[in-house]
Amino acid sequence: MIQLGLFYMAATITVVASLLAVTRYNASHALIYLIVSLLGSAIIFYVLGAPFAAVLEVLIYAGAIMVLFVFVIMMLNLGAAGVDNEHQWLQPRMWIIPSLLCLLLLAEILFLLNTSSHALSGTVVGPKVVGIELFGPYVLAVEIASMLLLAGLVGAYHLGRRYLLDMRGESL
Amino acid sequence: MSVALTIPMEHGLLLAAILFSIGLLGVMVRRNIIFILMSLEIMLNACAMVFIIAGAHWGQADGQIMFMLILSVAAAEVAVGLGLLLQVFRRFDSLDIDKANRMRG
Repeated sequence: MIQLGLFYMAATITVVASLLAVTRYNASHALIYLIVSLLGSAIIFYVLGAPFAAVLEVLIYAGAIMVLFVFVIMMLNLGAAGVDNEHQWLQPRMWIIPSLLCLLLLAEILFLLNTSSHALSGTVVGPKVVGIELFGPYVLAVEIASMLLLAGLVGAYHLGRRYLLDMRGESL
Repeated sequence: MSVALTIPMEHGLLLAAILFSIGLLGVMVRRNIIFILMSLEIMLNACAMVFIIAGAHWGQADGQIMFMLILSVAAAEVAVGLGLLLQVFRRFDSLDIDKANRMRG
């Protein structure tokens, strides 16, 4: 029954953080809540018996993809107005709710690590099984995903260049 | 293969549906492109969660493989989406998506 409680607690945190992320006025605040929401889903994946997916969720979603958002928000807020905004954003009371949610998640993961794996529900599908399946029957999907990522890379490189702006007068 | 799952599958699917609805609400309500992209992330995460729940229910690894494919889709989508966002910001000096509602800018 322990895992039930952990699941519902992480689910509540995820839903609350997602709601807060969608309803914020400030992009940085929304980003913090979105990261908390993704960490909550990582806990849910771990409780569900998918530890590899949980690690990937933290590494790629909450790590890499959110860093992209941070870069763009930093790029868009230049100048003195940006500095004023920084002062306005970094108020201590703004950190209370995300810290509280993160502390709850941390307590959950510490509890999970201290108990035996019986706290997990059902069967645990480890990374080894996933890797064998991934590069066995699903190797075509891996190739397709690599082509998709290459297309994303080329597209982002093209869209990020400045010459598109210079052409706006004549060829738009 | 499947040991009795103590977490009811319906509750997991309900959670994914709630998260998807929150993301859809954000896409429809917000007019800032950054928030629309974040809401899309929430929706994609909810979809990935459904695959994880199904994979856990049957004790198979296929759910996690689909999760990884969704992860790569999300990464490509965010990269292209943020590039588009930068172009929109340079062209309109605003992140309001309603200012870009005409096909010829």
